[in-house]
Amino acid sequence: MSRRLTTIAGGAAAIAGLILLAGCEIGPKDSTQTGYRGAGLAQIVDRSSIAKAAAIPPEPYPLPPDGGPTAGQTYQNVRVLQNVSTERFNHLMAEMNQWVAPPEQGCNYCHNPENMASDEKYTKVVARRMLQMTRTINSRWASHVKDTGVTCYTCHRGKPVPDYKWALAAGTQNPRSIVGNKHGQNTPDANVGYSSLPSDPFAAYFAGNGEIRVASSQALPSSKHIVSIKDAEKSYGLMMHVSSALGVNCTYCHNTQSFRAWNLSRAQRGTAYYGIRMVRNVNEDYLESLRSVFPAIRKGPHGDVLKVNCMTCHQGLSKPLGGVSMIAQAPSLVGPADTVGTRAGEAIPPAFNQPAAMTGRNEPAPTATRQ
Amino acid sequence: MRYQNMFTQVQLRGPLETGPRLPAGSFARGDLATYNYWAGKLGAAQIGPIYLGKLGIASLVCAFLAFEIIGLNMWASVNWDPIQFARQLPWLALEPPGPEWGFTLAVPLAEGGWWQMAGFFMSAALILWLVRTFRRAAALGLGNHVPWAFAAGISLILTLGFIRPMLMGSWAEAVPFGIFPHLDWTAAFSIRYGNLFYNPFHCLSIVFLYGSTMLFAMHGATVLATARYGSEREIEQITDRGTAFERGALFWRWTMGFNATAESIHRWAWWFAVLCPLTGAIGILLTGTVVDNWYLWAVQHGYAPDYPSTGVLDPATLSGAPR
Repeated sequence: MSRRLTTIAGGAAAIAGLILLAGCEIGPKDSTQTGYRGAGLAQIVDRSSIAKAAAIPPEPYPLPPDGGPTAGQTYQNVRVLQNVSTERFNHLMAEMNQWVAPPEQGCNYCHNPENMASDEKYTKVVARRMLQMTRTINSRWASHVKDTGVTCYTCHRGKPVPDYKWALAAGTQNPRSIVGNKHGQNTPDANVGYSSLPSDPFAAYFAGNGEIRVASSQALPSSKHIVSIKDAEKSYGLMMHVSSALGVNCTYCHNTQSFRAWNLSRAQRGTAYYGIRMVRNVNEDYLESLRSVFPAIRKGPHGDVLKVNCMTCHQGLSKPLGGVSMIAQAPSLVGPADTVGTRAGEAIPPAFNQPAAMTGRNEPAPTATRQ
Repeated sequence: MRYQNMFTQVQLRGPLETGPRLPAGSFARGDLATYNYWAGKLGAAQIGPIYLGKLGIASLVCAFLAFEIIGLNMWASVNWDPIQFARQLPWLALEPPGPEWGFTLAVPLAEGGWWQMAGFFMSAALILWLVRTFRRAAALGLGNHVPWAFAAGISLILTLGFIRPMLMGSWAEAVPFGIFPHLDWTAAFSIRYGNLFYNPFHCLSIVFLYGSTMLFAMHGATVLATARYGSEREIEQITDRGTAFERGALFWRWTMGFNATAESIHRWAWWFAVLCPLTGAIGILLTGTVVDNWYLWAVQHGYAPDYPSTGVLDPATLSGAPR
């Protein structure tokens, strides 16, 4: 009797253990050390859940050599690419046809076939603004897109509207009632990695300039740094979005010893910093400027245009499209050089630049003995 | 043999034990008492009678109100959909008022007032139950060790949900009610205050938490291992050779050079358990009020390990970089 009971109890315990393990991801993992030993600086990737890089479409035809008459001379109403050679302009149009337009409509998705110069279709006006945007990203935001650059395909992937975009959330019908009111959080939402954190971090941080930094730059409290834990939760929600969109964990950028300290962070954090500013620039100056152009079906419930976030380009990969650069086949998508944020400067807060200085002892930092 | 040991799994059956007569003016214990075979597998086979009394009833009413306020708020947040309530339960929450309300005592119900009410009734239930344990201990002529230990736990709850928010002047600093939400709050709290692991009182609290489990395991194991020699008579055995008590003491002296006594092991355990929430509460109380960034505080006091700089600069400090 007691042996049977022990067997039953043992079996029940084993089943309970297995149920607990259901929260784990089974399967082989790849672990890479990414920083100083002993600080948990590692990327652990479950091989089966790595997002697949999208296939890169073949070029419609090889890039023609530069030279000859410009598009501005050949065609009417060319306002952005007027100095690009006609041959290369045509090549880019063929690429846009392949990268963005629905196949059944082709050129006619944007152009009136009777009058290619006409701006009567809203899609053509949008496409022109998007060309300006892409050129800005490739020049001004080289601090984020580096030499890889972006093309229409980075977001569009052959579709007229990219798969991943956002608009201001519909929100609760009556914020003064508890019915259907989750205060913007506590919902299993893929945006924030299925945590209970505020699940729409975009309006505050990607449409506005919400302050992302929540930890203080001083050890002791100060009236200049009043930040609520609820603000920390919002910022944390944004970080969960970045993490899920890039398919990486926190230590891809941060050292969890101090999320705030830059001198402990990886260089990737700087890239992300510019990325966040780039997204704000794209949303505010390029997408929102098209508010009067887009029809209602291309807008959110509050009438704002659909906007971008990290997922729009990254789609689960730390480098969009697996890091494949397509910019060589569309050189006219690089605007005139006007890079921000690569000039060096001073005025680093001493606490974070050199923590040891605060102790007055200035001990030399320990040297890594093993890689 | 198994029957002669007090640590026996043999279950006795006979007339139910009703306890001593209650003083005049008390509530009745009632006669809700029974034997349960499975309860006997875990502890005493006799369940009840229970003495509820005025404090017990008041405490249960408050606990029920808090439970209902929390549950109904969660259910309302999914538009009273029972299926979504069950599916999303781990995510659902009753959130404290936002920072815009400061430490206002009566916030509108939908914007944190229900949280305040649930918190009030939960605290009232705990404190009433605490007073009840004092009363029950006195009624049995016991010391107040159990009530004080319970009070230590309550002090941490009150610090998190009331005392610290009061000192910070904001209800938004308090913990939401909810399964995942209170865990995410914990992580956000640590991130906001620059890594709670550098809070020395958090360190102490962890020491007492893990220490408690270790002492519990050592003590429980020693008593069970010496049960075959009659360890339940430990006090009578203190002066004799070869007894369960001496064997247990020898085991630890041979293993680690020191043994607690039959009396002191319980003081060790009690203090470890009580100091876990007390040191935790001190650490919580100091966070945001006295220290704003524990990592920098630890750097300043020379106890955060100093790792080599990665050489990454804050772009916000570079001229020409976007803010």
